[in-house]
Amino acid sequence: MTATFVGMPAFPEAARTALADTQLRHNLAHATTTIRDKRARVVAEVADWEDLRVAGAAIKDATLADLEHHLVQLEAAITAAGGTVHWARDAAEANRIVADIAKAHDADEVVKVKSMVTQEIGLNEALAAEGIAAWETDLAELIVQLGDDLPSHILVPAIHRNRAEIRQIFREHMAAAGRPAPDDLTDDPAELAGAARLHLREKFLRAKVAVSGANFAVAETGTLVVVESEGNGRMCLTLPEVLVSVVGIEKVLPTWQDLDVFLRLLPRSSTGERMNPYTSMWTGVTPGDGPQEIHVVLLDNGRTNALADEVGRQALRCIRCSACLNVCPVYERVGGHAYGSVYPGPIGAILNPLLHGVGSDPQTDSLPYASSLCGACFEVCPVRIDIPEVLVDLRAQVVDAHRGDRRPKAESLAMKATGAAFGSARRLALGEKVAGLAGRMLNRESRPPGGSAWTGARDLPVPARESFRSWWKRTQR
Amino acid sequence: MSAREEILRRVREATAGVEAPTRPALADSGPVSVDLFADRVADYRAVVERCTTDQLPERVAAAVEGRVVVPAGLGVEVADAIDDDQLTAAELDRIDTVVTEARVGIAETGTIVLDHGPGQGRRALTLVPDRHVCIVRADQVVADVQDALALLDHARPLTWISGPSATSDIELDRVEGVHGPRNLHVLLVED
Ligand code: SF4
Repeated sequence: MTATFVGMPAFPEAARTALADTQLRHNLAHATTTIRDKRARVVAEVADWEDLRVAGAAIKDATLADLEHHLVQLEAAITAAGGTVHWARDAAEANRIVADIAKAHDADEVVKVKSMVTQEIGLNEALAAEGIAAWETDLAELIVQLGDDLPSHILVPAIHRNRAEIRQIFREHMAAAGRPAPDDLTDDPAELAGAARLHLREKFLRAKVAVSGANFAVAETGTLVVVESEGNGRMCLTLPEVLVSVVGIEKVLPTWQDLDVFLRLLPRSSTGERMNPYTSMWTGVTPGDGPQEIHVVLLDNGRTNALADEVGRQALRCIRCSACLNVCPVYERVGGHAYGSVYPGPIGAILNPLLHGVGSDPQTDSLPYASSLCGACFEVCPVRIDIPEVLVDLRAQVVDAHRGDRRPKAESLAMKATGAAFGSARRLALGEKVAGLAGRMLNRESRPPGGSAWTGARDLPVPARESFRSWWKRTQR
Repeated sequence: MSAREEILRRVREATAGVEAPTRPALADSGPVSVDLFADRVADYRAVVERCTTDQLPERVAAAVEGRVVVPAGLGVEVADAIDDDQLTAAELDRIDTVVTEARVGIAETGTIVLDHGPGQGRRALTLVPDRHVCIVRADQVVADVQDALALLDHARPLTWISGPSATSDIELDRVEGVHGPRNLHVLLVED
């Protein structure tokens, strides 16, 4: 070949990128197949699995139908147990609350438990703009953060990185963030995990403020629940003096005993284990044990939009297990970045348009088309969210919103986009590459000056992203 | 309008006229099997040893390594152990082993739940040291999650432990131990 494609880098760099993309697709296929098989094995052990799914869906639906009551009850129970409850209409409000709490304690850093919701609101960037460093402590999140990268999977956010890349990220970037990686670090996963243990331990031991999400919040008792594997969650929830938990209003469960259904559904659906290594539960403040100041931020940020959508409100049952990602043929080929959101895969394809509304953002409008409607996601969903049904309904909403547009209909283009996703691995690789570049533009070091203006624009989940549609158009030539 | 009032108003409007479905009843869990509990805990690559009350002190002594800390109220003597007297996290970081009891064991999932009462210590105690020797009595084992919830007091902090700390974040290779104890040694006591 004597010419290069316009805008494409010359061979060495392009070759490296292509190789990395091959690795990426390989990693993804390996990951989704492995988790899928593990899930199938442990689900088969449970005789009443289908009953559990029905119960999970019913409990969530009943909670949502009477959500005001349960939220008020939750607030009262947390307050009675010595915690403080805050309410946040949107991302900016939630970020401000967290930043103010950190500042009230003169904290210039916080340690964080992996949490989808704090990514959704762009908390790390908002805190950085206020001079507060937010340290991710989940191993995969640490890899993503140190590598100035974007998460690509709900459960295993660094699944697009292989061990050699991780070693390199640790060697190059740990020192700037704290304790450097050992000189003789190899790419053995146990050694890499050991390096993360040492790197983060000093942060756990000195941090005054921790930030978490919650998997569940029990209205009648005021109990918050965090489900995790590594123990970084326990560190954050136990050692600091102050704990702030940002909790979407859909996370509430009415009763203590309701946890039964969800603690049986979630680990099997998520990591394919009978139970995850650690689950922490706390109710307000316990004198002499753990943080003595507890805050809970109840967040809307579009959830009431979703709640008002008759077909779509079922998406609020989601317990973020990621089972739907692992069975999705589209996700397996394009990976998480192409969805342009912290919520990728089938759930992202419905949740993002439901939270933000359709008709204003082309990326969001393209998501309901990022599916072949095969229905595998519904089959595995532990709370029986009928994702294909919601997708079809959202497509109709997108078409309605674009009636009168002079450009070609969203639908025809986006359907071709789905076809393209299956048609050409090469195009997918390019799509991934662009998403990766966008991710790099988001990183802290290269953030443009005027940080607060930047974070003010971060109500949307992740900026600098590419729609399926524009990506397809661009890569067609 | 405050954020609270506005969110609650939006919720009220969004759910006007929405009917709550009835919840299906779920089956009670089956009989308790201590053998299943032992198998399922071991499945997580924890060490499980069964012993009698008489054998317990020597088993504990054999299971501990290095500097040992114990909580107030522990029902077994551990030679040379340090009593936890509100040690700082940094001090705990220099300790190798913690020995505790538990509140309940769940057979179906191989889970041990601590409610951090007497004999179990505060949460940091079973988190910072790298080796956790945990004593579970056979009569504390229940069949499934719902039975455990019925016994547990939500007002206490609770830690559910299913095997040692683990991660599969690097190429889905399971590695024991990132931040919590990398070694979980369960002594299952039955007489
Ligand atoms: S939609 Fe269902 S399967 Fe997908 S992440 Fe949510 S709960 Fe899991």
